[in-house]
Amino acid sequence: MPDQLEHLPRLTHLLPCREAQIKTLLLLLGEPEHYSYPSIFIYGHRASGKSHVTLTLLKELKMPHVVVNCVECVSLGLLFEHVLLSLFGSSHTSLPRGPSLSDFVRLYRQLCSEDPAKQTRYIVLDHAELLRDMSANLLPGFLRLQELVEDNVTVIFLSEIVWDKFRPNTGCFEPLLLHFPDYSKVELQQILAQDSCPSYSPELYSSYISILLGVFYSVCRDLRELRHLAALNFPKFCEPLEKGEAKESDAHKLWRNIEPHLKKAMQTVYLREVSSVQWEEQQQKEEKEVGELRGLSAYTHVELPYYSKFLLIAAYLASYNPARTDRRFFLKNHGRIKKTNFLKKHEKTSNHLLGPKPFPLDRLLAIFYSVVDSRVAPTASIFSQISSLVTLQLLTQVGHDDQLDSPKYKCAVSLGFVRAIASDDLHQHALRWTADHRTLHLRHHPVGSHPTSCCLWVRCGPRAAVWEPVCVQRRGIPRQPPALDQPQLCVDCAPAWHWLR
Amino acid sequence: VTLTVWLFQGCFVFKPTAKKKRISGAEDFFVDGSEDVENGKLRFRLCQSTWDEMKEEIEQVQEDLNKKMLDGLLEFVKKSAASFWCRDDDWMSRMRASEIPTAALVLGVNMPDHTITFESMTELLHDSLTPFVASVQAKECTAMKQLMQKVLQRLMGTNVMVDEDEAEADLGFHTRDCPQKRVNCSLSALCDWYQSATKKSPVKSPRKRLSSSQSEFLQSPPVVVIFRDLEAFSPQVLQDFILVCSQYVHQLPLVFIFGIATSPSTIQRMLPHSVSSLLCIELFQSLSCTQHLATIIDKLFLTSKFHFKFSAKVLQVLVGIFLYHDFSVCNFIKGLQLSLLEHFHSQPLSVLCCHKQEALVHAQQLNDRDGCVMKSQTSLLHHPQGVCQKLLKSLHKYHKNFYPALRCLHVLTSILPKYPLGKQIRELYVLCLEKKVWETQEYDSAMQLIRMLAKDELVTCLQKCVEILTFCKSKKLKKVGQQLQDITATCEKLDSNLVDGEEGDRENDSSGKGLQKTDLFHLQKTLLEMKECRRTRRKTPYEILRNCGITAPLGLYDGISTPRLEPPSRQPSNSQNTLKNDSGIISSAAPDICIIYKLHLECGRLINLYDWLEAYATVATAAEGKDPSAIEGGKVDELKHARFIRAVSELEFLGFVKSTKQKTDHVARLTWGGC
Repeated sequence: MPDQLEHLPRLTHLLPCREAQIKTLLLLLGEPEHYSYPSIFIYGHRASGKSHVTLTLLKELKMPHVVVNCVECVSLGLLFEHVLLSLFGSSHTSLPRGPSLSDFVRLYRQLCSEDPAKQTRYIVLDHAELLRDMSANLLPGFLRLQELVEDNVTVIFLSEIVWDKFRPNTGCFEPLLLHFPDYSKVELQQILAQDSCPSYSPELYSSYISILLGVFYSVCRDLRELRHLAALNFPKFCEPLEKGEAKESDAHKLWRNIEPHLKKAMQTVYLREVSSVQWEEQQQKEEKEVGELRGLSAYTHVELPYYSKFLLIAAYLASYNPARTDRRFFLKNHGRIKKTNFLKKHEKTSNHLLGPKPFPLDRLLAIFYSVVDSRVAPTASIFSQISSLVTLQLLTQVGHDDQLDSPKYKCAVSLGFVRAIASDDLHQHALRWTADHRTLHLRHHPVGSHPTSCCLWVRCGPRAAVWEPVCVQRRGIPRQPPALDQPQLCVDCAPAWHWLR
Repeated sequence: VTLTVWLFQGCFVFKPTAKKKRISGAEDFFVDGSEDVENGKLRFRLCQSTWDEMKEEIEQVQEDLNKKMLDGLLEFVKKSAASFWCRDDDWMSRMRASEIPTAALVLGVNMPDHTITFESMTELLHDSLTPFVASVQAKECTAMKQLMQKVLQRLMGTNVMVDEDEAEADLGFHTRDCPQKRVNCSLSALCDWYQSATKKSPVKSPRKRLSSSQSEFLQSPPVVVIFRDLEAFSPQVLQDFILVCSQYVHQLPLVFIFGIATSPSTIQRMLPHSVSSLLCIELFQSLSCTQHLATIIDKLFLTSKFHFKFSAKVLQVLVGIFLYHDFSVCNFIKGLQLSLLEHFHSQPLSVLCCHKQEALVHAQQLNDRDGCVMKSQTSLLHHPQGVCQKLLKSLHKYHKNFYPALRCLHVLTSILPKYPLGKQIRELYVLCLEKKVWETQEYDSAMQLIRMLAKDELVTCLQKCVEILTFCKSKKLKKVGQQLQDITATCEKLDSNLVDGEEGDRENDSSGKGLQKTDLFHLQKTLLEMKECRRTRRKTPYEILRNCGITAPLGLYDGISTPRLEPPSRQPSNSQNTLKNDSGIISSAAPDICIIYKLHLECGRLINLYDWLEAYATVATAAEGKDPSAIEGGKVDELKHARFIRAVSELEFLGFVKSTKQKTDHVARLTWGGC
């Protein structure tokens, strides 16, 4: 057994379920005074123990090391300074303003010559994927730092992304790769069961954890989240015990008590719909049944000024309708268009599946004017509403050229959102002109639709004065508006006609 | 025809000058141009005092409206700060992931209005909880670096170095003044600073002005970071910042406040689950801006406290802008301020727009002077001395009676189906300002609907009316209130009588048929009485309003309280009407440019100038009353020629036509349609 592995049992006790990785790492690190491999790249999913294992290892073995979180380093200078400061404890004054990698190397060598390494020094770079965005030579430089500074130093990269996504085009020194696989269900159970509540027996907590994993394992394998959820819901689990309604051995009873509760937690607190503090408060109140707590996404309603609503509706129509169809929907005398040829083949797939398309400002305004009921002057306040919709991120501006003359926009809201806006008032009819007649009409019940029948209010042409009910399911949208006194109704819908009147 | 250069449209941004009135010599500006200096100065003073009063009221209203939300927020920050210091103890808090407490403030889409809310919030936090508040806006923080820098700068009150080029500029300044203050732009630096700042003594704070309230702070106050406009932040920056902050959550009691304009689901859209799981989000919703506006209107206009009133048109314009365009209460208040200034600036008689006693004195003074100002107002021309005072008095009295009566009418009509007189009280108010409301059709239909109200509904309405009326001072209204109270009382008594009668009916039923007849008769009588009673009831609001309305000198009222917002038209007033007729006939009374414009609509792409001139001359001659055919020998008189040329160049300047090189005596049309 090599010397390095003498710590193995102690470390495996500290870091359960990561024995293989610890062993590899220990062998890689080798004897403290020996040179180690210049760079090691460790990757694995979130909360798979990468940094925890590495740091515990370095700490336990008392190796000189520095940990840098790359998210925090908003500039290169900060990164270098942090490394130098922790490795050499020197003052940072000599690092020039806006330093480059070569400055760092020069300074490192200078400091290193004063204080040569007796043991391997380790630089741990957490969230290393951010290094790619910083400076082109940074990553290759760090990969062969040992060579550059001629010192016994090893750089350890920690990342959630595989190495293939890092490799620069120009090629670089290949680090040693080490993968941390996800914890399996059994391992998660083992780890989570370790931190049992002091006031209850470990067996009880272990059984609680297995119930918890049964519910959550399919959606969440993040150890940290699971721990958090376990802690949040444990009091509820213990409630029958506290009240004396059940004993620790009544596994089934406890399970029946906690299972629906956990399922509810999965929909609310896990998604952060409800904050954990509110969740706890609600648990305490539960006996009194103080109403359902509404999640964040329950508040989707947005109040908008009158014309902004119309602008948004117009933007939605412009984004999801092909420009060709505008003539048909918004012009009075659009001529007869054969229905069979009306939509091209590629347009027949639902536009809602393809996502919004960009449209120029002119088109938006043209649709806006034909959708809005009254005559509106194109004043500055209309235009400023467009830009405020952009700031609210309900519209997005696309393209960079020609911003002054013909800016292009995209609608960034969903059908549901627009529908909610439209249903605020009687603007619903504005939504009627979408190419996806079928899907749109049948999926939503517009104002005035009969709740049970397939008969819907359809307005034939934007300027028609009256709404005509038309049975969409049976006949589809008629090419010609039906005569007012003879609505084209199928037999089923004839009663609905009276209802509608 | 001289052709001018094509003009490009330009956009210029003018920053509003801060507080026009505070500028030295604002008074001179006010007086300037009017012959009566004394009067001008007086008006300036009145304007200032009125605005100050109104502003105070507005601020009070806004404070009250925000109070609930801000109190909740304060409680939240306090609670999360407290929980920060008492964790680490039990098993529960050790196990839980450490989340950053976050308040999501849903404020509505009127972004400019948020500034006030945030300001008062910052102040409140400063005063009562913590000196460490940093508020950032998206436009200052396009990258993580700037965000970090801004947050640190605002918390620590020093300049923070980001050792890149942009810091280069202030480096010289910095090293000279306070070299040791150079701080790294990282959260660890903030942690160190926080430790030292709180350790020294809780009383010491980086901001000196807060010395008095310092002692009340917690031992280690929370660090609050306010993101004013969450939607505008780049999601990447926000995610990075939250990730970094979550690393330090054990050392720093951080609290975030997100200002959200749209809906809370924005948070979920911007932040992935891995980041939003680091936050503990609680929601706070502010009052909707329409309610806000309603309160402002209620407090400023529907009261006799302020003597400056809007006319129906101005109020409609301002409310229209609010509802249709921006939802911004700030803009509404700015409009109010503007019309106030305009009113006091342009109307010499606005000296009368103040409190009763003062106004009477001013009116006396006006009479004492030569009265030329008075005479300029035609409505007062024929009145003898002293009438003005009398009218003023009755106007004030009218206002005192009008608003309670308006409220009563609103209470009665706002529960009616379809709201014939408007759902909001401001609609009813506008209606009353526009015309005599009791003569309108809507009023009649409302009255009809009231007649059909169920009794309990009517009684609750009347009780509300009584409540309103008992609070007002005027004797007349008190009397009406008393009457109403009597009516409600009788109504309720009637109710019990009726019940008694019915009970009696049932009792008597067993005794015999002879008695039943009289009982039915009795019942009928009660019902009739009740009906009668109702008639009087429904009459009362009408009477209130009529009484108030008729006694009011409406003409004077309009003259005094109508601020003029429309710009004075340069053309004679009838030209506006002539322009309005859209039929193809060209009215010869219109200004030259209009005639020219209408004529050019009849041409094709290229316009022959000579034909145009002739056509113009024909129309213009007709305007002078001469026979158009009298133009001798096709000769156009020089004056008309000159007018024509001027009008064409104006049209060219406006971009309707331009010269063309294809034909020298033609101009090209740049407009479509009209042919």
